[in-house]
Amino acid sequence: MKAKPETEKRDAAAAGAFTGEQAVERIDAKNSVKDIMEKVMQGVFLFCGLVAIGFVLVISVYLIISGIPAIREVGLLNFLGGTTWSPANKTEPSFGILPMILTSVYGTAGAIIIGVPIGFLMAVFLSKVANRRVAAVIREVVDLLAGIPSVVYGLVGMMVLVPGIRNVFNLAAGDSLLAAIIVLAVMILPSIISVSETALNAVPREYEEASLALGATEIETYFRVSAPAAKSGIAAAVVLGVGRAIGEAMAILMVAGNVANMPSLLSSVKFLTTAIAGEMSYAGGLHRQALFSIGLVLFVFIMLINAALNFFFKRDKEGN
Amino acid sequence: MKKTLAIVLSLVLCIGLLAACGESESTPSTEPTTATEPSTAPSTEPTTDTESVSGNVIANGSTSMNDVMLALIEGFSSVQPDVAVNYTGSGSGAGIEGVLAGSCDLGLSSRALTDDEKASGAVENIIALDGVAVVINPENTVTDLTTEQIAQIFTGEITNWSEVGGADAPIAVFGRENGSGTRSAFEEIVGVEDACAYTNEYSSTGDVIGNVASNPNAIGYASLSAVDDTVVAVNVNGVAPSEETVLDGTYEIQRPFVIVTVEGTELSPAAQAFLDYAMSADVADIIAGAGAVPANG
Repeated sequence: MKAKPETEKRDAAAAGAFTGEQAVERIDAKNSVKDIMEKVMQGVFLFCGLVAIGFVLVISVYLIISGIPAIREVGLLNFLGGTTWSPANKTEPSFGILPMILTSVYGTAGAIIIGVPIGFLMAVFLSKVANRRVAAVIREVVDLLAGIPSVVYGLVGMMVLVPGIRNVFNLAAGDSLLAAIIVLAVMILPSIISVSETALNAVPREYEEASLALGATEIETYFRVSAPAAKSGIAAAVVLGVGRAIGEAMAILMVAGNVANMPSLLSSVKFLTTAIAGEMSYAGGLHRQALFSIGLVLFVFIMLINAALNFFFKRDKEGN
Repeated sequence: MKKTLAIVLSLVLCIGLLAACGESESTPSTEPTTATEPSTAPSTEPTTDTESVSGNVIANGSTSMNDVMLALIEGFSSVQPDVAVNYTGSGSGAGIEGVLAGSCDLGLSSRALTDDEKASGAVENIIALDGVAVVINPENTVTDLTTEQIAQIFTGEITNWSEVGGADAPIAVFGRENGSGTRSAFEEIVGVEDACAYTNEYSSTGDVIGNVASNPNAIGYASLSAVDDTVVAVNVNGVAPSEETVLDGTYEIQRPFVIVTVEGTELSPAAQAFLDYAMSADVADIIAGAGAVPANG
């Protein structure tokens, strides 16, 4: 179909004589080729879009199908509310993931408590205070921080942080919730900084000028005018940080100790993600199915966080 | 347009489906049914090393023997390329039951057979011994622990090194994750099954060694072959862990790797060839390479 108009075109050129009719025909032929290309490309775009949707669907369906049986067998309340995780116990295995849920929640909250103030102040500094050259250098460094693989964070945490915590608190071992929180806090910094900086940059200059003209100091202006004006963007940054922290596995696998204790700051803990990453290789039977169920729980968490993120971004758009 | 796209896409899917079918057919999925065939061949005398046999061997049982079995199967394929050995890890109990019930050629057990099992006809062919070393940091002054002390440390009854003759420091108990073969072996042998109070759990032997090496308070366990000089393996009941002490049975934290056969039941030539191969002295290096102490080397 594609080749035919082209040969026509060549034939017409070879004939050397163009009547008006021929010219019109040629344009028509050209248009139809264009139309076809247009449609083909649309099809390709549609296909690529469907691939993404397809993967999400496949993953969701797979997680639900493989996650449900263990929850059914253990019972939803026992699974989500049980405080003992002892899946390989030969006499009476128990599959309670409450310690891991709480650990994931506490770990993420801790990372946010440490990471958000630092990230936010850093964003204010980059957006408002620092001169352009300094800001450019720092931005490069922050981007670099974002690009460091999580296993490297874990490695540094394992070599520096864990022995440090052991010595400072005089513990038997330094692998703890605290170590995980610190690693996570550093890991979520880049996304918090860049998203809040973008939000702060988008605040109209007039707001700040008006505030300064009314006699407010620069610091007052940043905190009382710029920050409130950018608050939904900053909220989005926080949610993004939560998403990254709760989904992280590799780095905290190396510093958290990985025993499913009820979380306390200085004890060894197991996150939802590290349970899957650490135990999948040798797990069998119901244990393996329960790990899939943990994946499902994690998936639900991430979905909720994405919903929150969408909510903030939408509000941000409407606000502007 | 939409229709054509739909047709093209469904065609692609169909082709993919067919391709997948073809592939799975070519993989040896039908072996269990053909496995009985070789036994109809003349099998009056056990085959020698030089004679080539063919057929399938189904070996089923201990998951802890995974490494050893995979190494043996790989080595065996160069001796008898026509024999396909299928290994399924389903647990020692299932392996012994399976071979007694005739659902597999060779049962695999990572514990000695009980008297009951022997009475019902199971025969023990020990191919290797698996020693688990208890490791501590080189800075630690403790050199000797009794099995009882080890049990108490791992269950959390002893929490300070001074209680076992060391410095006044808390004990960090490191172990493997749920489901690990080394963990179940250690807990089983020491008698602390499902009663351990771990400070930290790691998902590989290397992690345990590395973390014990970096923490002066730590105690952990690892397969004997994995112990290097960054950590110290303590004497258990006065016996230093080594291949010799595992072999002569004086080192207590060990278990046998057993291939289980049934008394009075003729093995297929292929299964017999594999058993002979696994029991021969030639495979000592292979077994040692897979992390166990060869029993017949």
